[in-house]
Amino acid sequence: MSTVKIQLPTVLRQHAGGAKTVEATGDTVGEVFADLARRYPALAAQLAPDGDLGVFVNVFVDDEDIRYLDGLDTPVRDDAEITILPAVAGGAR
Amino acid sequence: MALTYQELVAQAKKQIREVSPAEVEERLGEVVIVDVREPDEYEQGAIRGAKLIPRGLLESSIGMHVPDPDTELILYCAGGARSALAAKALADMGYRNVSSMAGGFGRWKAEGRPWETPRTLTKEQKARYSRHTLLPEVGEEGQIKLLESKVLLVGAGGLGSPAAFYLAAAGVGTLGIVDFDVVDATNLQRQILHTLDRVGVPKVESARETLQAINPDVKIEPYMERLSADNVLDIMSGYDLVVDGGDNFPTRYLVNDASLHLKIPVVHGAIFRFEGQVSVFKPYEGPCYRCLFPQPPPPELAPSCAEAGVLGVLPGIIGSIEAMEAIKLLLGVGEPLVGRLLTYDALTEEFRTLRLRRNPRCPACADEQMPPKIVEYDGLCMPAGSVARTA
Repeated sequence: MSTVKIQLPTVLRQHAGGAKTVEATGDTVGEVFADLARRYPALAAQLAPDGDLGVFVNVFVDDEDIRYLDGLDTPVRDDAEITILPAVAGGAR
Repeated sequence: MALTYQELVAQAKKQIREVSPAEVEERLGEVVIVDVREPDEYEQGAIRGAKLIPRGLLESSIGMHVPDPDTELILYCAGGARSALAAKALADMGYRNVSSMAGGFGRWKAEGRPWETPRTLTKEQKARYSRHTLLPEVGEEGQIKLLESKVLLVGAGGLGSPAAFYLAAAGVGTLGIVDFDVVDATNLQRQILHTLDRVGVPKVESARETLQAINPDVKIEPYMERLSADNVLDIMSGYDLVVDGGDNFPTRYLVNDASLHLKIPVVHGAIFRFEGQVSVFKPYEGPCYRCLFPQPPPPELAPSCAEAGVLGVLPGIIGSIEAMEAIKLLLGVGEPLVGRLLTYDALTEEFRTLRLRRNPRCPACADEQMPPKIVEYDGLCMPAGSVARTA
């Protein structure tokens, strides 16, 4: 079982007690997010409102987009870094 | 016994290779041509694409311009004497592939070969842009390119302010600015184009005033309107690139669609509280905005700066990176953020570069012959299908 670090964007940190990074375990991205959902149910609800991760956010494993890897089946090594990237609109009008 | 100048030149010519103007014309575009005359001679006419390195600066600056000693170089001057001496000097320095054009520019012209009067900088411009032109990656040639470039800024707000400042200072010749808003007191914490005495003034007017004060070389084209399906193609066409500093998703998807129609690269920047993102969407060469974000997040996941706040320096940093990317694209130097997204976290002071890919099934850019239909988006920004390419 790999332990990975997940980088949270600002808008999601409130659902993880304000943490910028959280740890979770699993051998694939899907397993990691399942573990994350157990620890932070509110975060999971934001990330995958219909249980479908990745509609509004992009997930990168070690800087590569999982859409072009194996999606939720993408394997993760121990110490991998997962980045969650939301679309941001702001240009500060 | 001292040598006469003629003897010195004759001796040099024996030690170097000379090529005829006819041979040079055949190799145009394949080899580096260096004009070793003085700037005033060059300005009156030169071979197209030749690099000006006056004889007196040759040895000291060739390394900056041509670092690889195996590069094939052809030197020319007015009559073939100075370039023969110059070729010998470069050979002495270890340049192995140098020749001199016999008869020089005089013979080139007499034989009716093509030449042009190079565009040059004025005395004032030479002074103003000297820190640019000293850079071998820019030079006078690059500076002239910037002066002939046209950049459209979407938004004269937080991101547009620093981007416009630096692009104007850099001498980007035409800056279009689209913004329908007027200056408000709450803008001044970050929108450095504007000033307190211009509260209530249209942002495009305020921007023009600021930018002209920095650099009168720059032509400002103000568009005090909201980008819409009706005007986006008209406004964007003719620009070399777009710097996107918009503040809402519908405008970003609209700019993306129009950029695919017009094949204009978009330098993308977005900010939220303490975080920023920058990328370059180069149509059909890298991913587009919709490849990255097929649909926008629900409002609770993406509150606007007006709702969520933003630290004023953040757009300063992200907008400046956008300006840097724009200038790199205009000059054709370095590696712009095509296919990469730079993220910045101000609180931890960390940058990260994520790899982006073109989505082969992207509803916007998968088929170059079928760019997206230009439609007015609502908050959902759903793709609206494509149309046959006309432009």
